[in-house]
Amino acid sequence: MPKPFTPKVITANALLEGDVIYQTATGWTRSLAEAEVLTDEADADLRMIDALTQHDLVVGVYLADVAPETGGPRPTHFREEFRAKGPSNYAHGKQETL
Amino acid sequence: MYSYTEFDDKFLAERNAQFRAQVERRIDGSLTEDEFKPLRLMNGLYLQLHAYMLRVAIPYGTLSSAQMDKLAFIAEKWDKGYGHFTTRQNIQYNWPELRDVPDMLDALAEVNLHAIQTSGNTIRNVTADHFAGAAADEVADPRPVAELIRQWSTDHPEFQFLPRKFKVAVTGAAADRAVIKAHDIGLRIVDRDGEQGFEVIVGGGLGRTPMIGKVLYDFVKHDDLLPTLEAIVSVYNVLGRRDNKYKARIKITVHENGIEDIRARVDAQYALIRSQFTGVDQQVLSRIEADFAAPKFKTASLAAYESAYTNDPVFRAWADTNLAEHRAPGYAIVSISLKAHGATPGDATADQMRVMADLARRFGHDELRISHEQNVILPHVHRSDLPELHAALKEAKLATANIGLISDIIACPGMDYCALATARSIPIAQEIATRFDELKLEHDVGPLKIKISGCINACGHHHVGHIGILGLDRAGVENYQITLGGDGTENASIGERAGPGFSAEEIIPAIERLVLGYLDLRNDPTETFLQAYRRLGLAPFKAVLYPETADKDRADAA
Repeated sequence: MPKPFTPKVITANALLEGDVIYQTATGWTRSLAEAEVLTDEADADLRMIDALTQHDLVVGVYLADVAPETGGPRPTHFREEFRAKGPSNYAHGKQETL
Repeated sequence: MYSYTEFDDKFLAERNAQFRAQVERRIDGSLTEDEFKPLRLMNGLYLQLHAYMLRVAIPYGTLSSAQMDKLAFIAEKWDKGYGHFTTRQNIQYNWPELRDVPDMLDALAEVNLHAIQTSGNTIRNVTADHFAGAAADEVADPRPVAELIRQWSTDHPEFQFLPRKFKVAVTGAAADRAVIKAHDIGLRIVDRDGEQGFEVIVGGGLGRTPMIGKVLYDFVKHDDLLPTLEAIVSVYNVLGRRDNKYKARIKITVHENGIEDIRARVDAQYALIRSQFTGVDQQVLSRIEADFAAPKFKTASLAAYESAYTNDPVFRAWADTNLAEHRAPGYAIVSISLKAHGATPGDATADQMRVMADLARRFGHDELRISHEQNVILPHVHRSDLPELHAALKEAKLATANIGLISDIIACPGMDYCALATARSIPIAQEIATRFDELKLEHDVGPLKIKISGCINACGHHHVGHIGILGLDRAGVENYQITLGGDGTENASIGERAGPGFSAEEIIPAIERLVLGYLDLRNDPTETFLQAYRRLGLAPFKAVLYPETADKDRADAA
């Protein structure tokens, strides 16, 4: 039996800054909290196709697992936690503005 | 030091202009990422977790003060005010924006630096002993030949698409400070009956399948070196596996075919191409050698040094750990630690880079080196200048007296930056150094090399650490495996896995148990960790690392 589809967001890096970005219903955001959570597999496939066409804006598009919560989606894997926040040795990256 | 010829300047300017145009075409949408990626990698530009990363080669680890100043300028203008020195004598900038990279490369070109072939399946930055040209135990300075190899391998038309990346390291001394046995090709300058030549080692490497290199030739004459290297890489280019990325390095080619088979093939290829090398390379080499002539060493009274050594315990502790024997009388080799307790191994701020550049200018014949152990070296300092130098280093927080000790840890960037990493390395290094500083034990523990990698690719050289730590992702949680007894010197050995891994919370106490256990196990304070391990084997160290299992084993035996 195929594994049930778990909630996901579409993420990538911005072409110019290299910064981590997430897809929203209308574009891209730098904050995971504002990302659009995809709960339907067919919908996710379509949104991925759309994201992949935007190669002049974004690089390395993929689906990342999240846990939907009231404050917005939360990463379920530590790699995505670091991507959403920044490195642990300096307060650089997204945490500079959090 | 080597300075660029008109040809070098022109080549680099053309290459940078080409990349500038490629970046513009990527930004305007004419190039897709699939088309652009191989082009950016050829120029050292990676896309990491949070941002782009530009990897700049520091050929054979040698920098002038002007070059170090430029690295500081770039860190400030286009990055976040710091740079990260790596285990392959490169510097990495972690936060450049795509649009700025062509300007960064032009700035580097102004001081004869570049990022060419710091990525991709090409011959990478040629590394060397960081004490080259200064060490008391050296047969010859390995840098001229390293520069020759850099020129030969840069944009070499046959070797731009090798089965996999290819790394060369050179040393001129019997003591191996350049980890040559863990490189695709390791070269050691040797003296045979008054003639200098090269011992050629192939097939070493760390990563997923660690291997110690094997001697292909025990003596290759100077003028036969380039044709020999060309023959080796040609054989590998054809024979190396392209069907499986994990079996594509020359270490696997050597392992699968055997060193005798490789030698026969290299001999045959050498015979075929030898006549193409008409001696031009040797003319080039003699010009390069002139550039690397030793500085004019001075003579001065050692009274100031001796007085500081006797009267200032802080200076003495630093001198005891951070100085090495220089070949010129009255001189010392100074290692500047980039491992202040709790700091990120290998990171230097722009201000620190400027301080080091300035000190090299004032006291060090304008020379600096970057070591694969992620420290900075001032190779030629007269001992009479050491007290003043030390005072300046203290002010810049660069006087940590820990070279070769437990807090002088190699750590790759790990999952704090690297897209390939499976766990973090930097916080583990920071916590180990901080903990042993609190315990005030590191000078009692003595020489001990801890090396940490955040994934199986082993950029942090964990296989050759006396204590190696490998960070993995175990079911979505960071997990750290310990290997013991590795050695990256002329007596190279691969560490043995100690047992099950530890969580991020458990790993620091585990290292503490291990090191305290060693203090109990050693014969006397002169027996180093590695010597004790070689004498006793894994078992007693395993027992201190896994006390519960050891207790259970004892209970079962009773």
